[in-house]
Amino acid sequence: MTIIEQIITVSMAVLATVLTRFLPFLIFPGNRQTPRFIQQLGTFLPGAIMAMLVVYCYKDLNFGTPSGYVPAIIAGLVTAGLHLWKNNMFLSIAVGTVLYMALVN
Amino acid sequence: MTPHQVRWRAFKAAVPYTLPILAGFAFLGLTYGIYMHQSGFNFIYPMLMSLTIFAGSAEFIVANLLLQAFNPVGVFFITLIINSRHLFYGLSMLDRYRHTGWKKPYLIFGMCDESFSINYTATIPDGVDRGWFMFFVTALNQSYWVGGATLGGLFGSAIPTHIKGLDFVMTALFIVLCINQLRHESNHLSSKAGAILAIIMLLIVGQTYFIPATMILVILVFTIVYRRKELTDDHH
Repeated sequence: MTIIEQIITVSMAVLATVLTRFLPFLIFPGNRQTPRFIQQLGTFLPGAIMAMLVVYCYKDLNFGTPSGYVPAIIAGLVTAGLHLWKNNMFLSIAVGTVLYMALVN
Repeated sequence: MTPHQVRWRAFKAAVPYTLPILAGFAFLGLTYGIYMHQSGFNFIYPMLMSLTIFAGSAEFIVANLLLQAFNPVGVFFITLIINSRHLFYGLSMLDRYRHTGWKKPYLIFGMCDESFSINYTATIPDGVDRGWFMFFVTALNQSYWVGGATLGGLFGSAIPTHIKGLDFVMTALFIVLCINQLRHESNHLSSKAGAILAIIMLLIVGQTYFIPATMILVILVFTIVYRRKELTDDHH
């Protein structure tokens, strides 16, 4: 690829990303009343999004070998359990991550 | 409060929320920069791509596509599919990003998974300016990512990356934010639907398409619930 072609390639990726981020705000601008359906959809979605992002983090699990999924699942359960118990974001993340690193090393 | 005090207070409130992302983004950004370096690109490439695209998985794919035949339309559509989830972040942020003035375009531009999740779930303390808080969360997260990518691109494999497993910090972050979300919602239909459908779609359509497929099904679930509620509301 020439440098111009590289710039176009990257620009297309920027354009597509910006489009996915700005489109809802362009369709439903702040100075107009957002339809009720969209408003309620907006409050419904985050629960599903957060759950989906957790699944996304686990998409590379390899069930072929115990080391491919056991550490990630144990560390995840400990993170969740600790957070349900102590409700301290930094404690839960730190303990979960350190435990995971200990398990994989 | 003077404008300076307003900004400083928002900055201090935002920093702690971004610390897990500092760990995750510095590590993943470095990995991305090193990947670019090893693919033969000058550090300018990861630096500018992380600054302008600012969407992790898309940047890895574009890095790969830069090494193949020129196909701008293909790049556009693959990026659109990978990043389609942002459409749903936007729908959820229509209200929260309102009245943020000149910061709004940047808040939308920088709305990555992490900044969206924090800005949506964070309980912003009383007396802290919402707009500035969300601005600092977004800007700090982006600076970690760009910083990591640039350093990785500059020094390449000279940087030790034996910190095996540090990337789990992102998984832990999303687990915690997911639980925070569960605590706030009045019923868990959305979270349950998201989790179950995401797993099923991952198994059926695979890694590339399961996110947009899940989102479409979640909207379908919502539409059914919404219609039913409207019908019962009409009867009263």
